[in-house]
Amino acid sequence: MSDATAAEAAPSTVQVTINGIAVDAQPGELVIAAADRAGVHIPRFCYHERMSPVGMCRMCLVEIDTGRGPQLQPSCMVPVSPEMVVDTTSERTQRAQEGVLELLLINHPLDCPVCDKGGECPLQDQTMAYGPGESRFVEEKRHFQKPIPISDLVHLDRERCILCDRCTRFADEVAGDPLIDFTERGNETQVLTFPGEPFSSYFSGNTVQICPVGALTASPYRFKARPWDLVETESTCTTCAVGCRIAVQSSRNELVRYLGVDIDPVNHGWLCDKGRFAFGSVASPDRVTRPLQARTPSGTTSDIADAEPLRRFQPTDWASALGAVAAAVKAARPGAIAVLGGARGTNEDAYAWSKLARTVLRTDHVDAQLGDGLPAELTVGLPAATIDEACNADTTLLVCGDLREELPVLHLRLRGAARAGTTRLVEIAPTTTGLTRNAVRSEQCRGGEAASVLRNLLDGDDPLAGELASGSVVVVLGRSSVSESAEATAEVAAVISARVPHSRFLVAARRGNVRGALDMGLAPGMLPGRALSASPPRELAAAWGEPPGERGHDATGILAAAASGEIDVLFLLGADPLTDFPDSMLARLGVSGAGMVVAVDSFVSQSAAEADIVLPAAVFGEKSGTTTNLEGRVSAVGELVTAPGSARPDWMIAAELAVMCGGDLGFLSVDEITAEIGAVCATHASAIGPDLAADGVLASGAAFEPEFPPEHVAPARDAYGLRLVCSRKLYDGGVTVGQTPALESLAADTVMRVHPVDLERVGVESGTEVEVHSDRGALRLPIVADAGIARGNVVVLFPSPDIDVGALIDVTAPVTDVRIETRGGEASR
Amino acid sequence: MSFFSEENRSLAREIIGRYPKRRSAMIPLLHVAQAQAGWVTEEAMVEIAELVDTTPAEVLGTCSFYEMFKREPVGKYLVNICATMSCALAGAAELMEHAEERLGVRAGGTTPDGLFTLASAECQAACTEAPCLQVNYRYRYRVDADGFDQLVDDLAGGALDDEIPPHGVTARVRQHIPADRAVGAVPPEAVNEPPVWMAAPAGNGAGSA
Ligand code: SF4
Ligand code: SF4
Ligand code: FES
Ligand code: FES
Repeated sequence: MSDATAAEAAPSTVQVTINGIAVDAQPGELVIAAADRAGVHIPRFCYHERMSPVGMCRMCLVEIDTGRGPQLQPSCMVPVSPEMVVDTTSERTQRAQEGVLELLLINHPLDCPVCDKGGECPLQDQTMAYGPGESRFVEEKRHFQKPIPISDLVHLDRERCILCDRCTRFADEVAGDPLIDFTERGNETQVLTFPGEPFSSYFSGNTVQICPVGALTASPYRFKARPWDLVETESTCTTCAVGCRIAVQSSRNELVRYLGVDIDPVNHGWLCDKGRFAFGSVASPDRVTRPLQARTPSGTTSDIADAEPLRRFQPTDWASALGAVAAAVKAARPGAIAVLGGARGTNEDAYAWSKLARTVLRTDHVDAQLGDGLPAELTVGLPAATIDEACNADTTLLVCGDLREELPVLHLRLRGAARAGTTRLVEIAPTTTGLTRNAVRSEQCRGGEAASVLRNLLDGDDPLAGELASGSVVVVLGRSSVSESAEATAEVAAVISARVPHSRFLVAARRGNVRGALDMGLAPGMLPGRALSASPPRELAAAWGEPPGERGHDATGILAAAASGEIDVLFLLGADPLTDFPDSMLARLGVSGAGMVVAVDSFVSQSAAEADIVLPAAVFGEKSGTTTNLEGRVSAVGELVTAPGSARPDWMIAAELAVMCGGDLGFLSVDEITAEIGAVCATHASAIGPDLAADGVLASGAAFEPEFPPEHVAPARDAYGLRLVCSRKLYDGGVTVGQTPALESLAADTVMRVHPVDLERVGVESGTEVEVHSDRGALRLPIVADAGIARGNVVVLFPSPDIDVGALIDVTAPVTDVRIETRGGEASR
Repeated sequence: MSFFSEENRSLAREIIGRYPKRRSAMIPLLHVAQAQAGWVTEEAMVEIAELVDTTPAEVLGTCSFYEMFKREPVGKYLVNICATMSCALAGAAELMEHAEERLGVRAGGTTPDGLFTLASAECQAACTEAPCLQVNYRYRYRVDADGFDQLVDDLAGGALDDEIPPHGVTARVRQHIPADRAVGAVPPEAVNEPPVWMAAPAGNGAGSA
């Protein structure tokens, strides 16, 4: 193909020559990016393909000829132009590279042997590849105090900093937390925080990863390992439902570091700090390593959990533990077995338990969500959007919790899209959120009333109706609070679908692999492959036989049934209803009312402490398989370290239990399960094999159309009360944070936040401890003013590390209204 | 809280109103802060960050780039003695030695009464008048030992109060632009045409008027 025909065939490309190779570049593409695509590496420090170029370091100088003769120009700042000729290896280029490196090394200490970056350091590598080999500089180097902490997680060694502006640019441009900046000038220039205001960004770990030298180090990895000692596998983060691609690294069978891997459809290389540092919990000394059997049956004493929880248990072996479970299963009445949870494992784990429940335990009482998600039929059946589609829709409607707290990297993607102008964000929320600044419009509402706000906007003469009607729309839909019923959120879907039928949805699922668990049928009335048990697909019916007849209970129903003595065996599959279920009274009655409680968990959670048998489960990093993110993207997770003691993956426990109960799930390895999923689920037919690495496979479609609940008018509210909104924080009371030493201290304090005007009505100073009453219960909590809260709402963290917020919540009520009482006993007016 | 006085707070609001982006008011507000306290305090930076909608780290980054914003207390009078070539040849070193003796502090120090800070400076672009110095950036030319003593006496006695305001005060006459007189600067993202003086690209007749 001659150049002329190529240009004709693709007039939107620019022809350039790089080191004699003809390259078709995109208009506006930077020379360094075009060279990368053509396989020509130009050394660089400051350029990063996911951030805007700044031309700080001059390492990328190359000879560029645009018709006026070759000139040295920074290739990260110069866009391609037609007939440009680039030479990255010329004599002059080499001299420039040597010069830049010699100047950088004037002040950079030569302490590679004691530097954490040594062995994987762009400065070290590029000095070897492009440097002059010796220095003429004999004077004393600049000195600073050796590393200073700039946050709880990140240390800064200013001597090593080469002022590339990557960390500061990331903090400002990508994270939106410009808490570090260049200070001083000239030879004194240094990256610093403001005194007393640390770099406490949820995304701070990314700066450590992109720093081209060892100036930034993360406390969990400092001096832990050398890069050449590391073993690595690529995997997918399952800490939340975004499913960021990561490289998992270990040294001597211990996880030591996660790095972001850049994939286009999901994380662009970024991770949040919770996901990045969560590996700390894997090696926790509190892990359950052997099966435990209770000395006393569950529910006999109520204060057991308060005293040393482990004293209740004696360690046992797998055969006797599973034997006891199997005996209980055989003795159970029909329809009296239930499985709660399954969202923390892999798809294979979920599939195995789904199959165990339906074919061996013969129950449909299964639910991977704990009353904190959308109805499963909607999550699975709504017309789905991808993250990319959300970032490029004409309008992206946010009706969910604060994404920065719940799905941090989705927040980054949407923030980036809004800044780049590829989408317009419109938000409806009970508080301001991390994206409020980037939204073109932000409507505040009382908890549980998003649907009616939306109905008023779309049915009235608001311009939003026209904008949505005429352009593409993606709705990020989630429960913005667990103190309002799931129907309130389902109604939002109903309102939008009826009025803007071309809307697509991205469901903001609350747990790592909720989507995968639901896709695998861990919800009442559902089967693997996004099918309804009422109409099982042929392949599945062939493999599973007849599904249990009647539709089972969801989490609320299971706990209610257990509370009234109808459940003989309750499996908690990594689920901790006593912490996570919104209605703590029902959770307590349910767990103590169940006949036998079997917890499959990696820690003795609050609920596991009440169990009769605890089966130790392997966790992320200790097992392989696949996971599904909120888009429905299936990707591989890798196994790198061995589980402690005799802990094993959930699927294996299911398979063994099936045998003990006289059944057979028909698989003996993860790969067999992955293959079986592909074979019986039309949606997952292509989710097998090597494609599961990197971008993963988007499992698409569902076997049914979801039915929407009827729209109803928002519940009348108690005119004197405040509406309870349970928001989430990234660093919450869960085990990931609690068991990770690096994150533990970051967990948020529990306070109640209200609008300043509402606080005035209550009549106390901000910070005063008050009593809050709902129809269900009461709590004492400090109350503080926060102008970001919509009037009429009172916002509390849930789950909260130390306060039982669930004591206020009745899951059967549509919303939770509360009254505030001050010490004098005076009610809020 | 509130670092700014009531008066400076409304001045700050007026200044912010002049710009299409709040952040653009950061340097003018740093000047207001320095005028109020004589130096730029941390509280001032925190408050400016809030006013212009950014983080204190960014205010510190900007503030510390400029040497004339002092982030530590300085005396009422900042005496900068030039030490660069012309002045050095004309006796700047002797002048500095004399100044140190007279004020009883080393270059960089502040007198215990908080009146004078003595500093050594780079060329002040008055090389023909060497040796020269500045008091709060107001020039004094061809200064000798006697001249210096006289200057110190005058400053301490208040004889120069009209001419040299305390450190931080940039000008006595402040510009006030009432809202109805503002030109209404256009935010950068709203600019979609080339400036009027730039030729329209070839083949495109739609130049701006
Ligand atoms: S700390 Fe690292 S990333 Fe930040 S400017 Fe210095 S060298 Fe660049
Ligand atoms: S956003 Fe979610 S998936 Fe991504 S790193 Fe954080 S916790 Fe993991
Ligand atoms: S990479 Fe181009 S100047 Fe730094
Ligand atoms: S050398 Fe002193 S003013 Fe120039």
